[in-house]
Amino acid sequence: MSRIGRTRSVALAVAGRGLHNTFTNPALWMPSVLFPLFFFIAFAGGLSNVQNAPGFEYGAGYTAFQFGFICIQAAAFGGVFTGFSVAADFEFGFARRLMLAAPNRGGIVIGYVLWAMARAAFVIAVVFAAGLISGMSFEGSFADLVALLVLSLAVSIVATLWSAGIAMRLRTMQAGPAMQMPIFILMFLAPVYVPLALIAGWVHEVARFNPVTALLESSRGFIAGDPTKVALSAACLVVLFVLAASWARGGLRSAERAG
Amino acid sequence: MSAAALAARGGVLSQVGLLAGRSVVHAMRAPAQLVFPIVFPLVLLAVNTSGLDAATKLPGFPTASYLDFALAVPFMQGALFAALNGGQDLARDIENGFLDRLALTPMSGGALLAGQLGGALFTGVVSAILYLLVGVAIGAGIAAGVGGALVLLVLAVTICMAFACFGTFVALRAGSGEAVQGFFPLFFVLLFLSSAFFPRDLIEQDWFRTIATYNPVSYMVEGLRSLVITGWDTGALAASFAIAAAAIVLFLALSSRALRTRLVRT
Repeated sequence: MSRIGRTRSVALAVAGRGLHNTFTNPALWMPSVLFPLFFFIAFAGGLSNVQNAPGFEYGAGYTAFQFGFICIQAAAFGGVFTGFSVAADFEFGFARRLMLAAPNRGGIVIGYVLWAMARAAFVIAVVFAAGLISGMSFEGSFADLVALLVLSLAVSIVATLWSAGIAMRLRTMQAGPAMQMPIFILMFLAPVYVPLALIAGWVHEVARFNPVTALLESSRGFIAGDPTKVALSAACLVVLFVLAASWARGGLRSAERAG
Repeated sequence: MSAAALAARGGVLSQVGLLAGRSVVHAMRAPAQLVFPIVFPLVLLAVNTSGLDAATKLPGFPTASYLDFALAVPFMQGALFAALNGGQDLARDIENGFLDRLALTPMSGGALLAGQLGGALFTGVVSAILYLLVGVAIGAGIAAGVGGALVLLVLAVTICMAFACFGTFVALRAGSGEAVQGFFPLFFVLLFLSSAFFPRDLIEQDWFRTIATYNPVSYMVEGLRSLVITGWDTGALAASFAIAAAAIVLFLALSSRALRTRLVRT
């Protein structure tokens, strides 16, 4: 079997096992669905009046505005939850056996990434359905919808590589906060509740340079049928992917050294 | 003579003091338990203050500063973290057999409960003082003045005790730290589906406003908030104190019963 074939078989095996575990154990998939769904309900339901504030300009409505955030958040936290599973695999010894058995260990990381992407797509589909049921308007075309999904999955890849890098270095579930907190802080130092122009104080300055801001603006642009900062988002994602992939590769080497 | 023997001779207060001291020392020795509950709500306060500042331009918004409006939220979040930590400490004592060993001593059940709540009370007091100091330092004004600030602290600690009693009840009933952690999202659901982030009368969605109206957390937050943005609003304060006190009585009674059941099993 060629190198690519070996990598693919390892990746598919790891992803398949992860998906089987996730969808046969509600304790694993429910938090990743309920968490974004809850934020969607709480923000879109409780804060919708903020769209009437002077200067708030977003034609698709506040529920759609929040859906743009929830897509990115669900994708990012899907990656973090996958990182928790990687850490659990190391803590309970499964990952070590996996590394002994796998002819190409890079395939293990790719498998985890595929698992996270499938998880993120499922969560986004559930939240999207909930949004449509609650009357959210999606004003983009089918191409915009596909672009939104691609953007979210790219975020999921970056978040999974980041979290897996930590999980493979620390190899304990206690590493959870180290995976979660930086992503949580990055997400909330961006235009979560209102467009960038309406954010006040120092958070506005931070949000201007936060790559998540571009991702949120693109996400909301696709929903409104008015693609925004797509090239900037793509550039941010490429840079973040390179950094996160290097980080995950270092984590894999660390795990290999640890035996 | 051992500390426990001294406590047995010294009566219930000494017993409470010993256990509360242990609980406080434990909180001090686990900085993550003290730092995270304090820092995380302050980070969210900063983010929400900047992110929702535009809401203050809406007609009918009760204050021109979202910082003033949101200052009550960290007190609630601090109370939630204190409840979580207190409950987990007790669950760990149950899991590692410490509670069983205590049951063999002459210590009274009431002292055991009160002592266990000492750590949560300590965390609650420290975090409430810090939230108030940080809030004032970054520009929040307390409409009820210095006296109002003191009442704010008392109310915040009362609310903290109410949540801690709930955490204690869950720990005693389930006897597992995981079960206590499992209840944590419920606390956050209660907070987010309340009037913590938006005034109830300005919430557009009817279903959300209805949930917030029936959610007791809304009244706790509104009591705290009234001292910051309104001044002395006796109605809001009375509702807030009454709900917190009722929760303390209810969950202490339930905890006491759960403790008796657990000790009988032992």
